[in-house]
Amino acid sequence: MSIVQLEDVHKRFGALEVLRGVSLAVPRGAVVVLIGRSGSGKSTLLRCVNGLEAVDSGVIRVDGMPVTTDEPSLRQLRQRVGFVFQSFNLFPHLTAERNVSVGLTVVKRMPPAEAAAVAAHALEKVGLADKRDAYPEQLSGGQQQRVAIARCLALSPTVLLFDEVTSALDPELKGEVLKVIEDLAREGMTMLLVTHEMRFAQSVAHEVVFMHEGRIREQGPPARLFASPETPELQRFIATVL
Amino acid sequence: MGIRTFTVDDVVTLLDATRWTLILAAIAFAGGGVIGSLVTLARVSRVPALRWLAGGYVEVLQGTPLLMQFFLWFFLLTLLLPVQLPATAVAAIALTLHASAFVVEIWRGSIEAIPRTQWEAAASLGMTRFEQLRYVIVPQAWRIAMAPTVGLLVVLIKGTSLAALIGFVELTRAGQLVSGVTFQPLTTFGTAALIYLALCLPLSILSRRLEGRMHVHRPA
Repeated sequence: MSIVQLEDVHKRFGALEVLRGVSLAVPRGAVVVLIGRSGSGKSTLLRCVNGLEAVDSGVIRVDGMPVTTDEPSLRQLRQRVGFVFQSFNLFPHLTAERNVSVGLTVVKRMPPAEAAAVAAHALEKVGLADKRDAYPEQLSGGQQQRVAIARCLALSPTVLLFDEVTSALDPELKGEVLKVIEDLAREGMTMLLVTHEMRFAQSVAHEVVFMHEGRIREQGPPARLFASPETPELQRFIATVL
Repeated sequence: MGIRTFTVDDVVTLLDATRWTLILAAIAFAGGGVIGSLVTLARVSRVPALRWLAGGYVEVLQGTPLLMQFFLWFFLLTLLLPVQLPATAVAAIALTLHASAFVVEIWRGSIEAIPRTQWEAAASLGMTRFEQLRYVIVPQAWRIAMAPTVGLLVVLIKGTSLAALIGFVELTRAGQLVSGVTFQPLTTFGTAALIYLALCLPLSILSRRLEGRMHVHRPA
């Protein structure tokens, strides 16, 4: 069964129709990568999946549960859908460990000691066991983004959403973040990513989805899609980014 | 009571009345903080009617002179209550509500200074709106709010002087009384002004210092 399923999703911001009927299925354990030019609707699609944006029409299901605007069910959903932001969005007043554990103590009502242990484990997983007491401003961009990933992992999500998570990073810091994502892919974590890192998309994705003007224009396994794009839009896109 | 000169005893009288200035300012600060915090919740609520009500509350209290508010409360409470409230109580009520409006504006501004992405990050962890405020937004906003909040204390200390006009004996009213018997208004009010300055200047300096540290997110 699909972990994430979109059926004919439409979304507009004022006069601008950002999503024009998107249907997509992300099977359990799959890594699906969304590519396309800026403004093609990739990030909006991702934000709709955990309800940061409400869809205008169509249905999104996560693990069978429809994404609605109903607050309590939205909160239930978000505990199972991790979202990693382009600009990390760590909480600057909390240490790395508290950034990771705050969701556990506040949302899951886990006792602090237990939450600290889970947080330590999550930080270890992203290679930052020694940074638990550091505040975000004391960490590099790459480290901050890894803490942000740990913050999601701590809640044991069924799916992780990544919104251009390396775009704000210096080139030499992208690698450490991409490596964490590759490790997660190897462990079978279900993930939906928006990225501009084409080589990374080629290596990690089970399926690549090319979006163009609010629609899915072409999709398939990366080897096929990058080697022999069928639509002129994807041909042009690949020619400019590779 | 004949005319006499301004002596050390009069200074003692003024200092003694200063106690009431400080007590009144402290009550207004604490009460205004509590009421202001609650109204702030309404002011940043997602329910438009609550936001609108809280906005109106602030506009009325900030858009009318404090002296007028003292008079209005004095006569309104006299009219509504079976017993005459002491001037102390009326002054405390008026100044507390006045303070609360300032607190709302300070807190609203501080909360709105926190990037929207912090709300989003907290929401994406499954926090309720109140949890987002409590654990993510307010702990950051209070650093921004600190300097203007100390500034508010200065406003309140000076604001207590208007309570003199409804008969509350604090520093300014004591000054009027002393000057009435000594006929040395310049000396008397000069002394009173110096006492106000001695109270307010350190706070103003503190407020300015805090402003400089506004952008530090990390606990020192």
